[in-house]
Amino acid sequence: MSDSTLANSGFYSEGPRSGILGWLLSTDHKRIGIMYLSCIVAMFLVAVGLGLAIRLELIAPGQDIMGPQTYNATFTVHGIIMIFLFVIPSIPAAFGNLVLPIQIGARDVSFPKVNLLSWYCYIIGGLLAAIAVFSGGAPDTGWTFYVPFSTQTSTNVSLAAFGAFMLGMSSILTGINFVTTIHRLRAEGMTWGRLPLLVWTLYATAWIQILATPMLGITLLLVILERFFGAGLFDAARGGDPILYQHLFWIYSHPAVYIMILPGMGVISEIIPVFSRKPLFGYWAMALSSLAIAFAGSLVWAHHMYASGMSDFAILVFSLLTFIVAIPSAIKIFNWVSTLYKGSIELAPPMLYALAFIFNFAIGGLGGLALGAAASDIHLHDTTFVVGHFHYTMFGGTGFAFFAALHYWLPKFTGRMYNHKIAFIAWGLLFVGFNVTYMAMQAVGIQGMPRRYYDYLPEFHTLNLVATVGSWVLALGLALMFINLWRGIRSGRPIKKNPWGGATLEWQIPSPPPMENFGEEDPVVTSGPYEFKGVTADEY
Amino acid sequence: MSIEHRDDTGARFGMWLFLYTEVILFSGLFILYAVSLAKYPHQFAEASHKLNIYFGSINTLVLLTSSLTIALAITAIQRNQIKPTLILCGVTVGLGALFMVNKYFEWSMEISHGIYPGSEHLAEMGNGITTFFNLYYFTAGLHGLHVVLGGSLIAVVAVLVAKGKVTAERYTLLENSALYWHLVDLVWIFLFPLYYLIL
Repeated sequence: MSDSTLANSGFYSEGPRSGILGWLLSTDHKRIGIMYLSCIVAMFLVAVGLGLAIRLELIAPGQDIMGPQTYNATFTVHGIIMIFLFVIPSIPAAFGNLVLPIQIGARDVSFPKVNLLSWYCYIIGGLLAAIAVFSGGAPDTGWTFYVPFSTQTSTNVSLAAFGAFMLGMSSILTGINFVTTIHRLRAEGMTWGRLPLLVWTLYATAWIQILATPMLGITLLLVILERFFGAGLFDAARGGDPILYQHLFWIYSHPAVYIMILPGMGVISEIIPVFSRKPLFGYWAMALSSLAIAFAGSLVWAHHMYASGMSDFAILVFSLLTFIVAIPSAIKIFNWVSTLYKGSIELAPPMLYALAFIFNFAIGGLGGLALGAAASDIHLHDTTFVVGHFHYTMFGGTGFAFFAALHYWLPKFTGRMYNHKIAFIAWGLLFVGFNVTYMAMQAVGIQGMPRRYYDYLPEFHTLNLVATVGSWVLALGLALMFINLWRGIRSGRPIKKNPWGGATLEWQIPSPPPMENFGEEDPVVTSGPYEFKGVTADEY
Repeated sequence: MSIEHRDDTGARFGMWLFLYTEVILFSGLFILYAVSLAKYPHQFAEASHKLNIYFGSINTLVLLTSSLTIALAITAIQRNQIKPTLILCGVTVGLGALFMVNKYFEWSMEISHGIYPGSEHLAEMGNGITTFFNLYYFTAGLHGLHVVLGGSLIAVVAVLVAKGKVTAERYTLLENSALYWHLVDLVWIFLFPLYYLIL
């Protein structure tokens, strides 16, 4: 078979149905992965637009482009789309579906139909959120739907909350599918000690999705019921307790940030060994620290509530637990750096994004310690420092890991390579723009600028201006990156099986992979995921 | 076409994971119950006595019996006895419907007394009692929704049994539906004493 031209179009041309139905009714994990990826990128672009609008409004004190109500709706919708429609499904649903079954040597996930159902839940959730935005007033509560405001505002909170409920369903179904797949469908010889790190992190993520997401489901249902019946479960005047809502919400939503970051860490753990030509340092420490993050991360939710009037003892306990999460996170950072040490480093585009991830995530993680300590948190609570910190971990972390995954695996699944030079330039713009934007945001937060206000005092002007200009550089980098990737997909040079010299299973099958991944014979695994002896990169 | 792939153990494994998510879903309401009970022990006891224990007891019997019939249905399909399987599935769905009818009369009675979420009468009864009845309606309502879903699921599977799609060789679908039905039962086993009995 000739791999030099794209005569082989893999799973794009195979399958029981052709045309659009071949996609919409397909249970092939690769097609579902591509459908997820397209929707997720589209949602990301919409939310980036809203984010740029927020930054533009904050370019100078006073009202610039929108009033307070529009501003509230804008940051709410930006948050809902980014969290529920982009970051949470980004790596697990898109790249998890594309890569996970191949990496463990399976033909598909355990429940292909449920997999398709989860995609439809995602679409329905997205549509409901869109309807909520365009009919009867876009929600203005912030993505957290805090009571009592969320039960009183006249905007379309019920519909948006139900949309988020459906997205939670989608997330749960994906989690159940992945845990079962990893337990049941590993190829012969694919022992737990030979699982690629992406699989380990997706495994940890899937457990959080199963354990935590239903809590969000019931919390959102309660908000909806409160809005319909006015029962007052969270209303202090009628014997309810608004703090209880915050507990219920964060019992899910804090573990959810590990749903967001763990798969990103998995992607980085795949990329760094390949471009250092060295086995990953501390395989088991990396694998188990993923589970440790998932476990410890489930016990720290109330660190979002230091300023809520919770007891001092609870603050103390949750502060301690929060610091414990830093340990497995630091294990990961140190092991990545140790993998780089004395490696034969090749600065290909995926590697650049991975290195940027380490840099950004280290800053975000250290900022997290400042917020986890109760004393400094009282000062920093509800300032733009929190927003900056969150974006350092979620955008600088997960976002950059998502871009790394795009540059690393898209050639595999499209069979074509993008332009490396443009990828470098886009990366540089992104990295600089990102750090300027959010470092300025963190700095102005320390000075005391509160979050979620469309207006601010004149002394915060300079740093806000810097952040807004940074956001333009960031947007330019994003545009360049996506255009480059798109051109690569359409007309890039065809690649062979293994352009990067990866040792995991997906690099041993054609690009793009065929329908059943491995053909008639199931693969038999005889070596670990990072044993590069005898593995060389193909020319392209 | 894809190669026939079948993994019954995997299917059961996935179902257990799903049941776990249901447990967490209800646990949110049980947490609210626990916290509110600690806050208003006397009001909870007072409110609990307003519930009609006969309705609750009959429904407990009905649901427990339905769990028995669906378990018998699995034994029947394992022995390839299609007709008894269908009858037992039918009885299960019927008992589920009976549960809902019973619930309808119970709730109608309470609503006619002015006890429902957001009612003025309930607000007059004071804080803890309001919380008790709000939680009662939300928890039992969510449970009722699960009875309807579980019953529909069993009805669909019964049709598949009749069509010969679910057989003695491959009955995992029926088994998983039964697991779901047992979960519905189990939630009620906790719900019934908490709201009707122990206070």
